[in-house]
Amino acid sequence: MPLVELRGVSKIYHLGGEEIRALDDVNLDIDAGEFISIIGPSGSGKSTLMHILGCLDTPTRGTICLDGTLIHNATPRQLAAIRNRKIGFVFQFFNLLPKLNVLQNVELPMVYSGLSSRERRERALRALRMVDMENRSKHRPMQLSGGQQQRAAIARALVNDPKIIFADEPTGNLDSHTGEVILELFRKLSHEGRTIALVTHDPEIAAVTPRRIEIRDGRISKVIDPKLAGLDRQLETPASV
Amino acid sequence: MNFWSAIEVGFKEIWAHKFRSLLTMLGIVLGVSSLVAMAALVKGMENGMKEALIAIGGLEKVRVEEQDIPAKQRQYTDDAVGCTINDVYALERSAPLVTLVEPEMRMPSYYRVTRDGKMPDWVNLIGTWPSALEMNEHIVQYGRMFNDIDDENARNVCVIGTYIRDELFGAPDEVGHEIIPLGQTININGEPFRIIGMFQRYESERERKQRELQATQPKAAPQTGPKRSRGWGGHKGGGFVFGWKNRTIYIPLNTMWLRFRAATGTNNIPDPHLSALNLKVASVDELEPALQQARNVLMSTHHGIEDFRFQTQEDWAQNITSAIHHARLSGGFISAISLLVGGIGIMNIMLASITERIREIGIRKAIGATYADVFVQILIESVVIALLGGLAGLAAAYGLVYLLQTLSPTENTPIITFTALGVAFLFSAGVGVLAGLVPAFKAAKLDPIQALRYD
Ligand SMILES: Nc1ncnc2c1ncn2[C@@H]1O[C@H](COP(=O)(O)OP(=O)(O)OP(=O)(O)O)[C@@H](O)[C@H]1O
Ligand SMILES: [Mg+2]
Repeated sequence: MPLVELRGVSKIYHLGGEEIRALDDVNLDIDAGEFISIIGPSGSGKSTLMHILGCLDTPTRGTICLDGTLIHNATPRQLAAIRNRKIGFVFQFFNLLPKLNVLQNVELPMVYSGLSSRERRERALRALRMVDMENRSKHRPMQLSGGQQQRAAIARALVNDPKIIFADEPTGNLDSHTGEVILELFRKLSHEGRTIALVTHDPEIAAVTPRRIEIRDGRISKVIDPKLAGLDRQLETPASV
Repeated sequence: MNFWSAIEVGFKEIWAHKFRSLLTMLGIVLGVSSLVAMAALVKGMENGMKEALIAIGGLEKVRVEEQDIPAKQRQYTDDAVGCTINDVYALERSAPLVTLVEPEMRMPSYYRVTRDGKMPDWVNLIGTWPSALEMNEHIVQYGRMFNDIDDENARNVCVIGTYIRDELFGAPDEVGHEIIPLGQTININGEPFRIIGMFQRYESERERKQRELQATQPKAAPQTGPKRSRGWGGHKGGGFVFGWKNRTIYIPLNTMWLRFRAATGTNNIPDPHLSALNLKVASVDELEPALQQARNVLMSTHHGIEDFRFQTQEDWAQNITSAIHHARLSGGFISAISLLVGGIGIMNIMLASITERIREIGIRKAIGATYADVFVQILIESVVIALLGGLAGLAAAYGLVYLLQTLSPTENTPIITFTALGVAFLFSAGVGVLAGLVPAFKAAKLDPIQALRYD
């Protein structure tokens, strides 16, 4: 059974009588341990898909099963708990809290899962070690470079040992070299067995992941999946993915 | 998120905006301190008035005075006898609800009390019975009260208040030691009277405290210029009730009659006339029936002519109670307004704060904060501001009371009670909760995606 299972998921916005299908009948499976990228032009619905996958948003139609639980009709409270324990987010603009130092930022998810301060500290430091940021733990986000901030954000995403990490344009705000470093970090985490979904509009970045899903106007238009053919072979949708 | 982390976040947020938070707290500080100060003033007023009420004999004491004969009985004017000693005997005999009766014969005001050419400006000289002691809550500190035998023999003895001693023999703070003039003679309208007793010095709680304070401090500069009396209450009198008591001279009733009132009687037989009489009832609850009883008795001794009336302390007590009630109400109202203003200030600042922190709230929600987590966090921040302001307000209340006291010293020391402190503190907490509700609700219902997009 896949870790994530989307069936017929649509997200429809109504703007002044006009119907906007940000997502239109999307089917998608993500297995545990997979490194996958979601690629598409601006406005194609990548972020919308990621928000629904990440339990930040609920679909208008369709079913979602995450780690064995159906979440398309969960309460906000249950969604918050799932976000907290099973999901890690990495954003384009890092989204660290400027008033907290790096360590406190990394501890934040555990504050909401109710861990003791000693355990929080231990686990936050371990996560910072994974991204090679432990020597910056007392710095404020503003005192760090963009790459360092993003590493701190990745540590925060890792700290509750989530089932899956979603990264929305994680290199979008970084220069190409720093972007490389961040991508390398994701690759390393993937090798360690973590499930990662990378959202990007850049095909070069998407190239680092074995499987690539391309969306256009809210629909999955193309799936590049090495497993299906034993090699990189293009497949036209709609196939069961 | 647990409670303590929420409080910690609250403090951090306040610390991050020190000046802004301080200004916001100021409203609560003013509200709380004015609430406590108002309560203290009212409490002081209440205590002072209660003290005075007890000093004049309490609510159980009723004065019987003469009054003009009612219009419909005008034709009996010549037969009206006024208050006499017979009323006293009759009441003692026939009014069981009246526990104590005391006759009073006042000396005409042109009579003079002197010694060695010194004369107090105003005295309260009364011929009475030994029961006056109990009736008027007097305490003889030195010597003794005159007794029935002194009265029977119409002896020239007197018991004086400390003001009389101060004026005729010297006050302790002028001569440096307490003079106890027992056995000394004073002159009342030419007649020598021996002092056999002196009352204690009556003073309000506030006066006593001030005196004790002064005793521990170096003496103030001596009064300059010619000796002068500072009038009522100012010099030694204290509150007018206490001053009035300190100016008392009691002499036996018979002495009063024989020495000073004989001329008004016929054939040197004293006229049994009284200027007034006081009676006391067992308890205030029995005031109605006791007065009815007394009235019946007096109607018979006065041959049905109603030339007397009862003067109770009820009106006075009622005035006190309603004055206190009004003071409490208006004080409470003013404090409530300042607390309200303080609360609006907090709400305003919390609304500004959550608008600044929409992104922060989005991030917190994305990583797992629930509606309740955010709600509680904002609410606690609001309450923490209010409580810090409240605590500062409690401290400021002491300053405010001190300031009020130095700016306008009153008869009554303001008293800061624990109840007032507690109530004011609870109010500040309540204001914090109320002011935080709307901002907390707005923050908690933010959509995480919208909030994350915001900048
Ligand atoms: N709250 C909303 N109300 C109305 N329309 C929305 C809303 N959110 C997203 N959309 C629409 O849904 C579509 C998909 O948006 P989405 O943010 O998922 O695009 P994206 O692929 O992430 O683009 P980008 O690469 O620029 O981030 C867009 O056309 C957008 O206008
Ligand atoms: Mg996007």
